[in-house]
Amino acid sequence: MALLEVHDLALGLPLDGRVVRALDGVSFGLDRGRVLGLVGESGSGKTMTALCLMRLLPPAARILGGQVLLDGRDLLALPEREMRAVRGAGLAMIFQEPMTALNPVLTVGRQIAEAVALHRPLGRRAAWERAVAVLGEVGFPDPERRARDYPHQLSGGMRQRAMIAMAISCEPKVLIADEPTTALDVTIQAEILDLLAALRARHGMALLLITHDLGVVAEHADEVAIMYGGRIVEHAATAEVFDHALHPYTQALLRSMPALGRRQERLEAIPGQVPDLRRLPRGCAFHDRCPRAIAECRLAPPPLEEKAPGHRVACIRV
Amino acid sequence: MTPLVEARAVRKHFPLGGGWFSRPRAVVRAVEDVSLAIAPGETLGLVGESGCGKSTLGRLLLRLLEPTAGDVRFDGRSLLGLDARALRAVRREMQIVFQDPYGSLDPHMRVGSIVGEGLAIHRLGTRAERRRRVEELLALVGLPPDAARRWPHEFSGGQRQRISIARALAVEPRFVVADEAVSALDVSIQAQIINLLQDLKRRLGLTLLFISHDLRVVEHVSDRVAIMYLGRLVEVAPRDRIYTQARHPYTRALLSAVPVADPHRPRRREPLRGELPSATAPPPGCAFHPRCPHAEDVCRRLVPPLEQGRDGHAVACHVFPAER
Repeated sequence: MALLEVHDLALGLPLDGRVVRALDGVSFGLDRGRVLGLVGESGSGKTMTALCLMRLLPPAARILGGQVLLDGRDLLALPEREMRAVRGAGLAMIFQEPMTALNPVLTVGRQIAEAVALHRPLGRRAAWERAVAVLGEVGFPDPERRARDYPHQLSGGMRQRAMIAMAISCEPKVLIADEPTTALDVTIQAEILDLLAALRARHGMALLLITHDLGVVAEHADEVAIMYGGRIVEHAATAEVFDHALHPYTQALLRSMPALGRRQERLEAIPGQVPDLRRLPRGCAFHDRCPRAIAECRLAPPPLEEKAPGHRVACIRV
Repeated sequence: MTPLVEARAVRKHFPLGGGWFSRPRAVVRAVEDVSLAIAPGETLGLVGESGCGKSTLGRLLLRLLEPTAGDVRFDGRSLLGLDARALRAVRREMQIVFQDPYGSLDPHMRVGSIVGEGLAIHRLGTRAERRRRVEELLALVGLPPDAARRWPHEFSGGQRQRISIARALAVEPRFVVADEAVSALDVSIQAQIINLLQDLKRRLGLTLLFISHDLRVVEHVSDRVAIMYLGRLVEVAPRDRIYTQARHPYTRALLSAVPVADPHRPRRREPLRGELPSATAPPPGCAFHPRCPHAEDVCRRLVPPLEQGRDGHAVACHVFPAER
C-alpha cells in the first residue's frame, strides 16, 4: 500500500446555478520519497485535487465520492478536529503566491514557531529554535536574525523559502507544492526546485508537484500524471511519458511547447480552447480538440486503464 | 540598413517618494544608458528577470514614457522633438500588446468598438469602412465575425489576446511591442498565439520587439536576442549565438536555469549567488558582479560597456569580452 492513495475522487462545484464535476474518477498513489508531477492547464483540476487532499476546499464545494488514504486512514472521513492535526504533520502545502499564505503582521519566525507549537508539546523558546533551524535548512542566510523579518521585508524567492520552511516545520509525510515557482524568475525558480529536491532526499518526504510546466516535471518528477477536464488522462514514469506518450492530449501538449535547442518552423498548437468546466464536452472532454476522435469518443468518459506496464491512459483509441 | 527603431544612450529614472516641495527619497534607475537598434522586419527578443527594466525600455521606444536622457528614434526621426500632432501620426505606426488579456480590454466596450477604436481615433475611413475593417481584422486573428457584437468577458484568455492583437493591428502599424504577450496563457493556447504573431509578422512585414522572461519562447520567435540586467543590456546577439555561444555569465546562468523538457538530459546549472539588487542602489562597476562567479577586481570598479564583437555579437563584460 502506498503512503498516499487517492481512489476515485469526485468533486462538485456550484457554478451558474448548477453543480459541475470539477473532478471525476481521480485515482493515484504516491510512495514515500517519490515525486509525482501533476500537470495540466487552467481548470484541469490539479489545484482542486490538492485542495481535496488537504480538505481546504471552498465552502460551496462538495466531495461527491472517493477516498484519500494517508497511511491507510481515510482523510475524507475524519472529523475536522482530527484533520487539523493531519495538516502540517501528515500533509502540508505550499502555494504559488507566498503572500497569500504568510501572515503579514507576524514575523516569519513567529508564525513558523506558532505552527510548530500547534503540533508539538514545545515551549515558546524551543518552538522558536525549531523555527530558526528550519529557516536555516531552507537556505535563509543568518536565520537567527532573518527570523525576525516580516514577510514584506523579504524578496519573492525568500518568501517562498519561508513558506517552505513553515510547510516542513512539522515534518510532513507528503508535501504538496502548487505551482511553487510560477511567479518567480527563472534563476530563483531553479533554486527553489533544487531546494525541494534536497529536502525530499534528506527527509524522505513524498512530493506532489503541481505545475503547468513540462520542463519542471521532466527535471524533478519521478512520475507524471496529466489532467484534462477534471480527470487524469495519462499517468506513467516521467521518462515513459516523455518518450512514449500515449494519450493524444499528452502527445499534443509535448509538441505544442517550444523547447530550448529544438528548432521548429511552427509550433504545433492544439486547436480550440481549454475547456470550461461549465461546458465540458460530453464523453471524453478532449474529443472536440482531438485529431484521433471518433463518434464513440462522445459517448462516455474513457476509463483510466493500464495500457502498458505501469502506464495508465484514459483513451479508447489507444 | 537604417534601423526602424532605435534607442541612443537612453536612460529612465523614476523618482520615489518626495512631495511637492521635498526631494525624492530615492531614484529607481530603471534603464541606464541603453543603445539598441531594430531593423525593419526583425523580431528582437528582449529578455530579463522582473524589475530589470525591459518593459520600461519597450515603453520608451514607443515614447509612452519620456526618457530622462538619450534619444529615441523611429524610421530615422527622433521622437522626442515631435509636437502632439506629429507624435499622433507616428503613434499609428507603433502599437503594443500587453500581458494581461483580462486587464487590458475595456469591459464596457463591445469587441467591435475595442478593435475599431484606433481607427476611430485616427479618423480612418467612414463608419461603414471601419466596420468592414474590424471584420477583416477579426478574421485575420482567427475570431468569428459575430465576435464584434460580443463583450470581452465572453471570451477565454487566448481569445482575448487575439482581440488585443486585432486592436493593435487595426491601424496598420509597422512596429509592435509584445510585452509578455503570451506569458499568461495556457501552454496549448500559447502556441496558437505565438503562431498567430509569427504569421501576421510575415504577412504584414511587421517589426517586433518581443519582451519576455521565457527563454524558450524567445528562442522560438526571435531573430536576435538582447539580455537585460538591472537596467542595462549585458549581451545582444543573433538568436543562435545567444543560445549556443553565450558569453556573459548572466546569460549563461539564465540559460542553465531553464527547465528542459527532456528527462534524459543531465542538468548543468551555473547557479547565481544572492539576489537581484535593488535598482535604487545598483552595485558599482558591473551591476552583476556581486552575483557573478567570475568577478574580478575591475568588475567592482568599472561599468563594462556593451562592446560590439564579430558576427553581431555584443557583450558587456570585462572577463568575457566580445570576440573580435
